[in-house]
Parts: sequence; C-alpha cells; structure tokens
Amino acid sequence: MPETSPATIIETRNVTKHFGGLRAVDGVSLHVAAGAMHSIIGPNGAGKTTLFNLISGYLKPTSGQVLLRGRNITGVPLHRMAHMGIGRSFQITNVFPELTVMENVRLAAQALGKDNYAFWRAADSLRRYTQAAERALLEVGLDAKADVTAGVLPHGDKRRLELAIILAGDPEVLLLDEPTAGMASEQVPSLVAMIARIRTAGNKTIILVEHNMSIVMNISDRISVMHQGRLLAEGNPQEIAANESVQKAYLGEFHDEHS
Amino acid sequence: MTTSTKPIHGAQTRRTARNWLGPIVVLLLLAFPFILSLLSGQPVDTGTPKFWQGMLIQVFILAVFAMSYDLLMGYTGILSFGHAMFFGAGAYATGILLKHSGWGLAAVLLAVVGVAIVQSVLIGVVSLRVRGVYLAMATLAFAQMFFILAQATDLRAITGAEDGLHGIPVPDWLNPTDQRLTFYFVALLFMVIMYLIARRVVDSPPGRVMVAIRENEARAQMIGYNTFGYKLMAVTLSGVMAALAGFMNALWNLNATPDVLSVETTINALLMTIIGGVGTLIGPMLGAGVYQLLGYWLNATFGPRWPLIIGVIYILLVLFVPYGIVGTWQLRRNDMRAGWARLIRPLRTGLEADTPGATKK
Repeated sequence: MPETSPATIIETRNVTKHFGGLRAVDGVSLHVAAGAMHSIIGPNGAGKTTLFNLISGYLKPTSGQVLLRGRNITGVPLHRMAHMGIGRSFQITNVFPELTVMENVRLAAQALGKDNYAFWRAADSLRRYTQAAERALLEVGLDAKADVTAGVLPHGDKRRLELAIILAGDPEVLLLDEPTAGMASEQVPSLVAMIARIRTAGNKTIILVEHNMSIVMNISDRISVMHQGRLLAEGNPQEIAANESVQKAYLGEFHDEHS
Repeated sequence: MTTSTKPIHGAQTRRTARNWLGPIVVLLLLAFPFILSLLSGQPVDTGTPKFWQGMLIQVFILAVFAMSYDLLMGYTGILSFGHAMFFGAGAYATGILLKHSGWGLAAVLLAVVGVAIVQSVLIGVVSLRVRGVYLAMATLAFAQMFFILAQATDLRAITGAEDGLHGIPVPDWLNPTDQRLTFYFVALLFMVIMYLIARRVVDSPPGRVMVAIRENEARAQMIGYNTFGYKLMAVTLSGVMAALAGFMNALWNLNATPDVLSVETTINALLMTIIGGVGTLIGPMLGAGVYQLLGYWLNATFGPRWPLIIGVIYILLVLFVPYGIVGTWQLRRNDMRAGWARLIRPLRTGLEADTPGATKK
C-alpha cells in the first residue's frame, strides 16, 4: 500500500459512470486525506452526487475503482459499507418516517452489533445500542425529541436526525450530501458548527457536498471542484478562490445567482 | 427534561392498561363456555355452548393465520398473494402424516414446522429477488403450484386429489366433536402462545429491522443491514406460523381439502388483516373474529347471497375505517376522546349548575 503523508483514507482511481450516453462522472481520481474536511463543489449537474453514490456503493462505476485505505471496495454490497466505516447522508431527507427519532438512531447502532437476528430477545433490552443512540441524539441536540415520530419533525430537525443516524453507526468517513439543504438560513450556522465539532471530537474524515460557498470556504481543508463530470481543480480554500477557471465555471455563476 | 418525562409517564400508564386487558380477555374466553352454559341452561358440552365453542375455535385458528400474514405484510411490507400455500401445506402435512405414517401428534407437529421452514426458505430465496407487485405475482404462482399439485390425480393415494383428505385420525382426547371443550382450550392456548411469540418477534432486534425495511429499505441497507436476510427471516417465521394454523385447521375439520390452498384462503387473510388493522397483530385477530362471526350471521340472515353483502361491508370499512379497527383507534383515540369530552361538556356543566351553557341548550 503506497503511503503518502498524510494518509489517504478514500481514493477513487479514474472512476467513470455512464448513464446511457451521459458521462455523469468521467475519470475522476480523488484522494481524501484521513481526518480531513474535504468538500466537493461544482455547479448543478456537475456529477457530485453521482460521485458520492459511487464512493458509498449506491452505484457501481462503469469503470475505475474506489479504495478505502488502499483496499479496493468497488462493487462491495451496500449493506457492508456501514460495517467498513463509511456513513452517508442524503440530499433528500431519508429517514424511517413512522418510527420514533430514538428508534431511527437505535437501529443504526444495532446494525453494527451481533444480536440482529435474535428474534427471541427484546430490542429494548440491548442497552448498549440505546446508549449509543442517546449519545448520538445528544450530539445533534435532538435528545429532547427522542420519542417523537420522525415523519412529523420539522425539516431542520430531520437534517439533524440524518446526522444522528450516521453518527450512531460510528463511521470513520462521513459522506454528507448537502447537509444544510432546505434549512432555514438561521439554522445553518449551528449545523455547520456541529459538523465541525463532530469531525474534531471524533477524529473523523468528512467528505462534504455543499452548495453554500461561505460554508465550504470556512470549514474545508481541501476543496475539489467538479465540472461536467470531471475534476476541474483541487486545493485549499484560498487556492480555489483564486483559481480562474473555477471562477469562470462556478464561482462567477454562483455570484450572479446571488446578486 | 420535563417535556420528555410526561409522554413516558403516559406510555407507562397505557402499557399497564394494555397489560391488564390481555389477561382479562383471555380469562373471559376461558370462562366463555361456562357463562354460555349458565345463560342457556344447557350443559357445557352440548347444544348452544358447544356450537359457540366451535365458532370461536375457528376464530382462534383464523386469528393465528391472519397474524402470520400481518408479520409479513404489516411489519415487513411484503405483499404476498400466496400465503395460503403455507397454511395449506401445514394442513396437508398434518393430514398425510396422521393418516399414512402413524406418527404421534407431537412428532407431526415438529414435522409440520420442519416442512414449513424448508418450504418458506426455498420460496423466499426465489421470490424475494423481486419486490412489490412482482413479488406478489411470484408468490401467487408458487401458491397455485401447490393448489394444482394437491389436486393431481396421480397423487390420489396420498392427497386424495380434488376430494382432499378426509377422516384424519386425531387422538381421542383431542377429538373436536367428542372433546369439544378440550379442543376449545387447546385452540385458545395455541392462539395465546402464537400471539406472545409474534409480539416478541416484532419487539425484537430483527423485528425492528423488519419495520425499517417496510419504511425505507434502501436506508436500512445503507445503515448496514443485509435486508434480504431479514426478509427471508420474516417469510420463514410467518410461514411457520401459518403452517401451524393449518395444522390446527386440519385437526379441527378432520380433513384437508384443496380449498385451504386456494387464492380465496390468502384473500381471507388479507381481508382479516385489513379489517383489523395492518401492522398491529391484535388487529388481524379482531379481524378474524369480525370476519368469522359476521360471515356466520350474514349467512344465517341472507342465505347464499352473503358474500355480496360482506363485499359491501368491506368497501364501507375501507372507506370509513381505512386503517382497520385497531389502526384507526390508535390514530383517532385522542381525537375521539376530545370529541367525546366536547360532546358531554354542556351536559356535565348543565347538570352541575344552571350555567349559561345549559340554558342555551
């Protein structure tokens, strides 16, 4: 395993995904350093979510490889991902709507245990999963709403629940797909602070897809810019802000939208 | 903290009430033959008491069958149109073994469980590769295979072909005609045990995963569950439970005919589950009671046209009680209480004093 410093935890080697004639992701080679906050940005349709789907095993690449700590995980079944330390959130809120908040998170903790087929046991009796779920809920500030049915939560709380579900699985790598999507703007800073805290407290690697440029510029160590399925540029926030082709492809467009 | 204490407290009171309700119902059902005997003035093992014991025995058996269907449809979200194949196979296995093998009842019971496990694992492995309507069609195809197999004339010596198996030998102590009261208690015990097992299953770790699969299968996979395994487990548990209901059905009727394997048998399980409330366990049991007793009453009142009327009732139920008896109660319980309080408030205040509210009335 070729060790570079700092250690690469997630690597894609020339991954490509075709949908019919469309090259949604086209030969992307990405290195994500362990412990980094690595953002992937790009205009709509640049292939960010597809790249996420390839890394998290939701889709199989047409060609290329995905590696976790140097090990090829391309084509590994979806349900193995959580066990290998990869947790993923979704752009569109994706919880278990009829279950309580607690149950949503408890299930994620239970998934990593060995009691999953014990149909003669009471689920509530497995205290360690309940405790893990309580910790995750406390971390995202949803502990007071543990008994609420997930489907009736306000949108901002559902986004927090998404995070808690991932945290309960205790992943090393968190793939967060627009965690602030659809949130009221006054709620955004606290969620961003929460993500930063999760990363430092748990020493986790976070890969973030985000539209909100100020968030990305503030919290990222490294930014990869995608454009039309390809990697356009990569660097730290200052480098990206100064990059002319990025400004042309993305930042300019972004500022136009907001002016 | 105060916000979370209150609902938990409420839940505990509710749970205590529910814990009392179950044993009370069981006690009432235990006393039922004797109460009826007192009321009718007939001995407990004859006439009216005996007839109604028979009616309830059928309810108990159907309740277990409906509950097994609820495990699959209500808790795991798997729509099967072939559930009769487990019920029917259980009935046929019981009949064939008791008639031809000379085994004792306990050995037959174990064999029925074994057959059901093999059957449901094989059928599950094949049909769970598809989802939704396609899965329903696959299970229907398997069930029709068993339905046709049971009627095959080549197997007449074993299955009795289209006539089915008749005169299944049952131990004397459990004869449904001569020992009706014993059979009644056995059937009641059977239902209670099956309910406790099903309740434990749905409250167990894999039971919660089953609900997660119903809710959002892709997310269940993403958080680390091999959902195929859990679905297979649900099919197997449900298949064994249905087969045991078939076992009891064969003992009760002393026969196993092709109609236990028919689509109608599956539809009945579906109806009972929907009438009672999907995903509630208690609901399908109530649904079995409603179905059986209503069917009997309509048949007695309207004669052979009764299926037409039960069809109309079914449509009305779906329109006005869309979540079934238990499901609608769980959803509306608070509204109903509030509505009731609103309704009687003017009356109460009117009784307590001559208030403006009362004079307005």
